[in-house]
Amino acid sequence: MNIVITSIVILGAIGCLSAVILYFVAKKFKVEQDDRIDQIVEVLPGANCGGCGFAGCQGFATACVKAGSLENKFCPVGGAPVMQKVGSILGVEASEVEPMVAVVRCNGTCANRPKTNTYDGAKNCRIAASHYAGETACGYGCLGFGDCAAACNCGAIKVNPETGIVEIDEELCVGCGACAKACPHNVIEIRKKGLKGRRVYVGCVNKDKGAVARKACKAACIGCGKCEKTCPFGAIKVENNVAYIDFNVCKLCRKCVVECPTGAIKDVNFPTPPVKPAPKPVEEKKTVEEAKPVEPKVEEVKVEEVKVEEVRIEEVKTDTLDNGKKPDAVEQSLF
Amino acid sequence: MIVSPSPHIHNNDSVRKDMLNVLIALIPAYMVALYYFGFGALCVSLIAIASCLLCEWLIQKFFLKKPCSLGNCSALLTGVLLSFNLPSNLDWWIVVIGAFVAIGIGKMTFGGLGNNPFNPALVGRVFLLVSFPAQMTTWPRPLQGCWMRYTDAETGATFLSKLNEGVIELPKYTDMLLGNIGGSFGEVSAIALLIGFVYLLCTKTITWHIPVSIIVTVFAFTGIYYLCGGNNAVSPCVHLLTGGLLLGSIFMATDYVTSPMTKCGQLIYGIGIGVITSVIRLWGAYPEGMSFAILIMNAVTPLINHYVQPHRFGEVVKK
Amino acid sequence: MKTFKIGGVHPNDSKLSACQPIEVMGLPAKAVIPLSQHIGAPATPVVEKGAHVVVGQLIAQGTGFMSANIHSPYSGTIEKIDNAVDAWGMPCKSIFINVEGDEWDESIDRTDTIVRAFAYTPEEIVKKISDAGIVGLGGACFPTHVKLSIKAPAKADVLIVNGVECEPYLTCDHRLMMEHGEELMIGIKILMKAINVDRAIIGIECNKPDVIKHLTDLSIKHFGIEVCPLKMHYPQGGEKQLIDACIGRQVPSGALPISVGAVVDNVATCYAVYEAVQKNKPLIDRVVTVTGDKMSHPCNLKVRFGTPLKDLIDKAGGLPTEGEYKMIAGGPMMGRSFCNADSPSSKRTSGILILPEDKARRAEEENCIRCGKCIDACPMGLEPYLLSRISEVKNWDLMEEHHVMDCIECGCCLYTCPANRPLLDYIRMGKQTVGGIIRARAQKK
Repeated sequence: MNIVITSIVILGAIGCLSAVILYFVAKKFKVEQDDRIDQIVEVLPGANCGGCGFAGCQGFATACVKAGSLENKFCPVGGAPVMQKVGSILGVEASEVEPMVAVVRCNGTCANRPKTNTYDGAKNCRIAASHYAGETACGYGCLGFGDCAAACNCGAIKVNPETGIVEIDEELCVGCGACAKACPHNVIEIRKKGLKGRRVYVGCVNKDKGAVARKACKAACIGCGKCEKTCPFGAIKVENNVAYIDFNVCKLCRKCVVECPTGAIKDVNFPTPPVKPAPKPVEEKKTVEEAKPVEPKVEEVKVEEVKVEEVRIEEVKTDTLDNGKKPDAVEQSLF
Repeated sequence: MIVSPSPHIHNNDSVRKDMLNVLIALIPAYMVALYYFGFGALCVSLIAIASCLLCEWLIQKFFLKKPCSLGNCSALLTGVLLSFNLPSNLDWWIVVIGAFVAIGIGKMTFGGLGNNPFNPALVGRVFLLVSFPAQMTTWPRPLQGCWMRYTDAETGATFLSKLNEGVIELPKYTDMLLGNIGGSFGEVSAIALLIGFVYLLCTKTITWHIPVSIIVTVFAFTGIYYLCGGNNAVSPCVHLLTGGLLLGSIFMATDYVTSPMTKCGQLIYGIGIGVITSVIRLWGAYPEGMSFAILIMNAVTPLINHYVQPHRFGEVVKK
Repeated sequence: MKTFKIGGVHPNDSKLSACQPIEVMGLPAKAVIPLSQHIGAPATPVVEKGAHVVVGQLIAQGTGFMSANIHSPYSGTIEKIDNAVDAWGMPCKSIFINVEGDEWDESIDRTDTIVRAFAYTPEEIVKKISDAGIVGLGGACFPTHVKLSIKAPAKADVLIVNGVECEPYLTCDHRLMMEHGEELMIGIKILMKAINVDRAIIGIECNKPDVIKHLTDLSIKHFGIEVCPLKMHYPQGGEKQLIDACIGRQVPSGALPISVGAVVDNVATCYAVYEAVQKNKPLIDRVVTVTGDKMSHPCNLKVRFGTPLKDLIDKAGGLPTEGEYKMIAGGPMMGRSFCNADSPSSKRTSGILILPEDKARRAEEENCIRCGKCIDACPMGLEPYLLSRISEVKNWDLMEEHHVMDCIECGCCLYTCPANRPLLDYIRMGKQTVGGIIRARAQKK
């Protein structure tokens, strides 16, 4: 009996003493931290991808609280919904930022761009790029060793062994830009995801002169400038023998896609192939394939598309290259 | 046409070649074991090798889903080294358990060859020593002249275990050199092991640093103890020739993966093993300390690698 | 016999063309002269399209501190100045020349007579070398006049001449030393005068006993020049290793050889200096070894810059018609394998090596088994396994801490790795990145 009492007393005393010590220590060494930081970390996706430009989600949350506003701050993983939550915690309005997605600007599949040699060093794009032009005659395109895939935190990039170039899963891609930084040839660009994921871009970054580029790759941009002339909105610029479509200006009319002689301009997620004279059959197949996932809606969308075409023709008639706000309004009413 | 960064030639060394060299160096010791322990040694070694290979193959195929890595012979070597550290009358299922622990836990858990912090064969051995102390410390007597005996062989304690109990019963030096003593079947003959050592040195598979530093340290440590007239002290030469000291220092401690990379680090590592072995032998509860010493120093290896860096060319000496 | 103290490997020397006398290569119909044939900024062209040039005429001027002049190796008309594709498939600004006849600049002495006497001041010598566009012909292509302009308080007390040729297969320096020993000695004397030293050491590896004997005999007549036979040991031709081997001084980490009072020049550079100073001939050609295990006629060719590499390969027996092969500009340890044989030769091209299929491919990569062989082999005393691993995870700060900038990219680590890991590939990437970071930091300050 005595033993039981003694042990209870001793243990109780130790417990009390520890509690007192802990209390004072906690008081003394308390880290002052804004509760809102933890709250924001809670709502953030926790991918720690660094896509926002800060060191992980904690860093982003700290920066948001410190600045007190959400200007120039955007979480590419969570997108607008998460930013609204962050905004409500901070009591400020979240600025609208369009979702972005990574785009591989290279058409150099094995079929388009034949291999001229075999690389036998460390399988790393940067190492290969610092040694020489790459396994093909094109010194600008995708090297296919997957530096971007290694840099991607979302598992959105894979090297396709059949085509020899990388492919991006746009469902998984959050547009953080880690891949674009990792690519030594700057093949990957972060572009606007676009309405319903529809995008038009030049799938080539080859700066060689037309003949050289064409010799290296069947689907290379040869810098002919046809697209530049065709574009009703002035969204396309040809510089250093390669065309570039400004995604902020492009209205997805796809006139350039039809016009491009090599099929270097890609349109994705459009339910139907671009109209007007039949383009390259390869291109057609691609778009049809890509349209498959949205098949249930196809009929509906098709109706829409027809309308689009009608309006577009009008649009071109009425309003030529001078496009202020009118086309915008047209687009909005359409979709 | 092939393009790659420089250099474009190679000395044609490979992991497989190094492993095969170690295996070749073990042949004399294996011959001696077959001569003295006969059928038992053959059975134990074959069981150990087969189960090591099987275990690695299974894990590689079904867990890691990577191409088969048996080609580099490291599992084969682990099997041979593990069996060399076992008594020749060990039940087959204990051997199998040891092999699976060695490969499964000692090596593949960490991602296969090159990533294991501890010598796999020793992990297996120590696991068995702790789990089955009775079976692991009864060694059959050598030269029973019968090729058919496996688990029913006559057994006896080794010199070291007797010494640990305080009985000094020195075997003859010729017996120790040739291997006519009890013990794990690969460790008995000093001469066979030394032939292997010379072979490894000649093929430049290992350098002298680790084995020599271990042997010198143990010799010095036990020699001082002997000269001071410690309890149950025996000549340091006896310490060198008995137990797993030579096998351990030549074949186990020099394992590439678990030993330090720099020469200076290797000397520190060897001295560490020597000291720990001597301490365990002289004062510890176990008669034999080599396996524990190597495992302990394996754990220290990353630290040694971190702190002991090679001498750089044109290093500016801090004043 | 002397050698350097840390690391190194002993590859089979495979000097197939050691007994082949130097042949003069014919002229191509069209030549392409790259404007970047040296370390530093590319030269600026000083001729126009359509202009007529003669051999030895200045066609591009070195601009900036670290650059070198380029002279026309041919006579003919300038077709255009445009981007050409270099041996590695990269665009590179070049001068295209339509070769017409072989008309030389009149000031160049084209006779074979050896001109011994010279009475120039050091400044005049450096000026002549600079005008002639001479760069280090050992491989790095460092402009020689920059190396010779020593700024006080640094002072040289010895000139070390690199006749080591430790790269397997290459024999161009070997042949040059055998056939032009006397000129070489005069070239060395000129360089000694230029940097004001009275001692020169020619380091030669002992796999060239004929050269050692020949030059030792010659050096008796030239006071101050001695021949130092060295043990065969790669990378003895590395500047720092050679200084260590010849005079036992170690250049501190991050410093230049001049900090220990030594200047190192290749034998081919010394010969070019002789030609420039005594014969007034600018650097327009060099000896190139074209070799390979399966080549029918491994040879040493005197090649004018701008000759297509394919012509050189054809001269030695042509590319293999079947099976894979690897083309390497330089030796097998440090040479860069290239993919475009139509590209021109340049000051950098010391050799062309064609490896057959069985040697062209690297063996399959395995896990690092931490054997430490790369550490034993590294001549700079680095830890290649560690550097390569931290480069893989892109920890550049840690790489700098582990002295990646000391790496001389000799390839010993990869040569010796039993697991065939691409150690040097990753270390080189790390070195480039860390170098960039260091330069950026220096600019900020």
